[in-house]
Amino acid sequence: MSKDKEKLFSKKNRTLLTDPLDDSNPITVQVLGVCSALAITVKLEPAVVMTLSVIFVMGSSNMIISILRNIIPNRIRIIVQLVVIAFLVALVDQFLKAYAYDVSKQLSIFIGLIITNCIVMGRLEAFALGNGVWKSFLDGVGNALGYGWILIVVAFIRELFGSGELFGIPVIPEFIYELGYRDNGLMLLSPMALIVVGVYIWIQRYFNRKLIEKD
Amino acid sequence: MEDLLNIFVKSIFIENMVFAYFLGMCSFLAVSKTVKTAVGLGYAVIFVLTITVPINYLLNEYLLQPGALTWISPEYQEVDLVFLTFIMFIAVIASMVQLVEMIIEKFSPRLYNDLGIFLPLIAVNCAILGGSLFIQTKDFINVFEASVYGFGSGIGWFLAILAIGSIREKIRYSNIPEPLKGLGITFIICGLMAFGFMSFMGIKI
Repeated sequence: MSKDKEKLFSKKNRTLLTDPLDDSNPITVQVLGVCSALAITVKLEPAVVMTLSVIFVMGSSNMIISILRNIIPNRIRIIVQLVVIAFLVALVDQFLKAYAYDVSKQLSIFIGLIITNCIVMGRLEAFALGNGVWKSFLDGVGNALGYGWILIVVAFIRELFGSGELFGIPVIPEFIYELGYRDNGLMLLSPMALIVVGVYIWIQRYFNRKLIEKD
Repeated sequence: MEDLLNIFVKSIFIENMVFAYFLGMCSFLAVSKTVKTAVGLGYAVIFVLTITVPINYLLNEYLLQPGALTWISPEYQEVDLVFLTFIMFIAVIASMVQLVEMIIEKFSPRLYNDLGIFLPLIAVNCAILGGSLFIQTKDFINVFEASVYGFGSGIGWFLAILAIGSIREKIRYSNIPEPLKGLGITFIICGLMAFGFMSFMGIKI
């Protein structure tokens, strides 16, 4: 059993899971899935829900497409992929409506937009169509984690400085406000998300110089 | 007529797909390195949005909404197919993109070569699906309003990618800190441009 496990998480498979966190991060390096990342990072809670949904959708869709990869005709593969994704997203949507109605209202159309979240389709095209089931699953989950990591970092910064709260709980002590500190309302506006991501990319590439773009 | 003009102006500036809703951001950032490719993709997006939004409007009106099926027979009053929205809309978009690709290939091979891979990429451009999903929250009275909305959104997206493409071409030789070059500075410029577009928000038409 332990041997089996070792095989499942061999070094190569582990990099599938960890690479997207930094070296090939879907948002900051591959430029996939930016749209939804910006609009739902005002608060941490929707960001976490979105991350979980995307992990589920990407893991399962990568797995399904990988199982089907040898029988999908090349010409209609886009439609097949979209149908699989749309089916999974519809599941998530109905699930959220049933168990977390408030959050699902906050995320409004962005749950639906997971379908066209290029990160899902992009990984299907780039990875699941050419690799085995287990590897594809790891790749899907890894990329979703990399995506979620950025989401949570950005949401953390924006919620902390924008409204002085984390998960809706005030965390900045009262006496700081009395000293004259004010929440920065600018952080709550969506353009700030772009700038926060931009600065994140700056810091990431400062420490990880091989990602710097040569022009 | 005035209403149509209002919808048109509103969808270009106040509800700009890129800067107000942050839709279609991925291809917006990835394809805007030069003005030429940016313009090509912009045209294609205008085209697809103008076609798919009215089609999806009709689908929504006569098939998906609660009670939309009464035009067949009054006994379908209770039928509510809203849960099929995503699949229906995405199927329309995917098939439209495929169709547009075939038409362009047939009648204008030159344009087809210019657009290249960007044509199929439109299928997963969230601005397209977003445009269709927004019609569910807006109360358009007829299909003309929906078409104008689709066309206007397309123009808005086109202007946005044209602007960012020009800026990126312009700053190519600027002295930017190395780690910020390329993607980083583009994100920040986008943010600043989005702040600019926010000034339209106060305008009520």
